[in-house]
Amino acid sequence: MTPIAAKQPRDTKKPSKLSRAFLLKLELRSHPTLLCVIRGALEPLMETIGFSPEHNRAIIRAVDEAVSNIMRHSYHGRPDLPIELYCNRLQRRTKGETEQGVEILLFDCGPAVDTTKIQPRPLDEIRPGGLGLHIIRGSMDTVEYKRAGRLNRLRLVKYARASKGECGSAEEKSS
Amino acid sequence: MKISARHVDQSTILDVSGNIDMSNSPEVRKALLLELRENGVTRVFLNLTGVNYIDSSGVASLVEGLKASRELKRRFILFGLNDSAREVLKISRLLKLFEVYDDEAQAMAS
Repeated sequence: MTPIAAKQPRDTKKPSKLSRAFLLKLELRSHPTLLCVIRGALEPLMETIGFSPEHNRAIIRAVDEAVSNIMRHSYHGRPDLPIELYCNRLQRRTKGETEQGVEILLFDCGPAVDTTKIQPRPLDEIRPGGLGLHIIRGSMDTVEYKRAGRLNRLRLVKYARASKGECGSAEEKSS
Repeated sequence: MKISARHVDQSTILDVSGNIDMSNSPEVRKALLLELRENGVTRVFLNLTGVNYIDSSGVASLVEGLKASRELKRRFILFGLNDSAREVLKISRLLKLFEVYDDEAQAMAS
């Protein structure tokens, strides 16, 4: 499988501060049975970085939901299309302390996402479906979508000690 | 993932093991709705003791079971949730909507 992120424009292929610090790269097809492979790869990696079991579960939950969304919405259930996952270790200084974090980038080749149509649904409605985005946002510190050339790029960031919402004011740098 | 059913009096206990995600959540939905709609039981228990992970599609199956149980005036009861399952229901603000017990003994006594 040809790496799909290699096709992205030069200015987005290697984010300047992050390109040399990837811990893990996964290339997989969009088959739902591969979701467990991603979860199985991330769990020990997040443990190694030092995430608590609770944060580890949050990261796995967010990535699993994000990849599921790619399979369901970007690729409309086609099981043979490429998805790439990059995992990068981050550090930041806040209040004199160094915090360890992780950045996960997901790339797919689906059509551009209309961000005005991917708002999470109100949770006071008791109905099945539509929870994925809410779960992703509730589990990570940063969730950013970007169209990068012909690719969709989703960036997820979580810090080991940060509570949700703290990271916006801090400076991020790659290790 | 595996699902098996035990029938006790007017109740069914569905024992699930493995992970519930978009690759297999339709099986959970089908099993739940079958028990609630067609087998005439008054209570359906979902034993999640053996479930390590459940994603939003699995949660959606549980919500469908909950809605069906309310329509049919039957009870749909969860037990044996691990931290991961509790967290995803909590984030989805659904945890309080379900009848949830720690283990089978508590659930059956409810």
